[in-house]
Amino acid sequence: MTRQDTLENIVRISGTDAKKCMKCGKCDGRCPAYNDMDVKPHQFVNYVAEGKLEKLLASHAIWNCLSCMACVERCPRGVAPQGVIEAVRDTVIRMQGNNGIKAEEIPPIVDEMIPQQLLVSAYRKYNK
Amino acid sequence: MKICYYPGCTLKTKAKELDRYARLSAEALGVTMEEIENWQCCGAVYPTARDEIATKLSAVRALDYAKHNGGKLLTLCSACHNVIKRVNDDMTNDENIRTKANNYLALDEAYAGETQVIHYLEMLRDIVGFDAIKEKVVNPIGKKIGAYYGCLLLRPGKVMAFDNPENPTIIEDFLQAIGATPVKYPMRNECCGAYVALKNENLPKERSKAIVKNAESHGAEMLVTACPLCLYNIQKNGGMPVVYFTELLAEALGVK
Ligand code: SF4
Ligand code: SF4
Repeated sequence: MTRQDTLENIVRISGTDAKKCMKCGKCDGRCPAYNDMDVKPHQFVNYVAEGKLEKLLASHAIWNCLSCMACVERCPRGVAPQGVIEAVRDTVIRMQGNNGIKAEEIPPIVDEMIPQQLLVSAYRKYNK
Repeated sequence: MKICYYPGCTLKTKAKELDRYARLSAEALGVTMEEIENWQCCGAVYPTARDEIATKLSAVRALDYAKHNGGKLLTLCSACHNVIKRVNDDMTNDENIRTKANNYLALDEAYAGETQVIHYLEMLRDIVGFDAIKEKVVNPIGKKIGAYYGCLLLRPGKVMAFDNPENPTIIEDFLQAIGATPVKYPMRNECCGAYVALKNENLPKERSKAIVKNAESHGAEMLVTACPLCLYNIQKNGGMPVVYFTELLAEALGVK
């Protein structure tokens, strides 16, 4: 895929219109992962609109977004920052060798109480 | 009455109590939960990328089964409910997803979102009624309890249509019905840190602690949830007792 194709695909699968963003910062304001985000929720939206693909693909924030949907719920312009973040993360992990978690990292983390739901969710979000 | 029920993977393993007390309580309230045949794991998280199809098929299979078996599908785990309800919305409103999913599944009759997805709490509110529950309570709970909604039942509000996503009351109303004192606190619909526990342990630690602190400062003695992952994160990091809402219901109804 060319750079342009990749960008267009992110726009398409994000399911949201980044150009509608008015940069109010409301999404950042209630994002529970804000402190752990190098690229902030509103920046994901703006980078897509401005075509800054490299910054998007290099972000660490894609691993810290909780998909809690607070940003989507609270955006006054009907934009979905989470939709953009997931589109970027999917773009990254759909490339060979880019999975977010490695199987050998799991056993040391797993304790007695860990619910299947956690493992299934994490695999769905981080790996392809 | 009988209603098709989708338990999901975690309710068969680490969250057996959520399931068991729900079934016992439902029976006591005149509802029989019939587990659907050959259900498959819903995937636990709804894939938001608009080109995801295969990851939604297990939900469509369950929905189609329910369509032919009474038209309603009861869910209990917050995550299953979120995934199945949102996939149902896609099957109703997203022509691309509907066409591709149907092409793949090749059902006798195409599935187009006909099934009504109902969470157990909605069943208590809308089918049984909180007043009817109140009448059947034999052991009023009598504790100050904070409802912990988390994200999955409420958001996105337009699709979930569960309750007011910013100021929900359904669990508080439920707590009142079983004789507990609901404690409202601002962080009750904030995220516990979810699956990021596997990638960045610190995030759920901080989130869960903040939620418990907030509930505590408003006078809660314990929390209730409908989500095994919320329970796990809060129990591990929060330091406040947290139980499944169905356990309290069974206790109040005297069937525990
Ligand atoms: S809340 Fe919406 S409009 Fe405001 S900065 Fe975020 S995406 Fe843009
Ligand atoms: S979905 Fe992600 S970006 Fe949006 S508020 Fe939640 S953690 Fe932040």
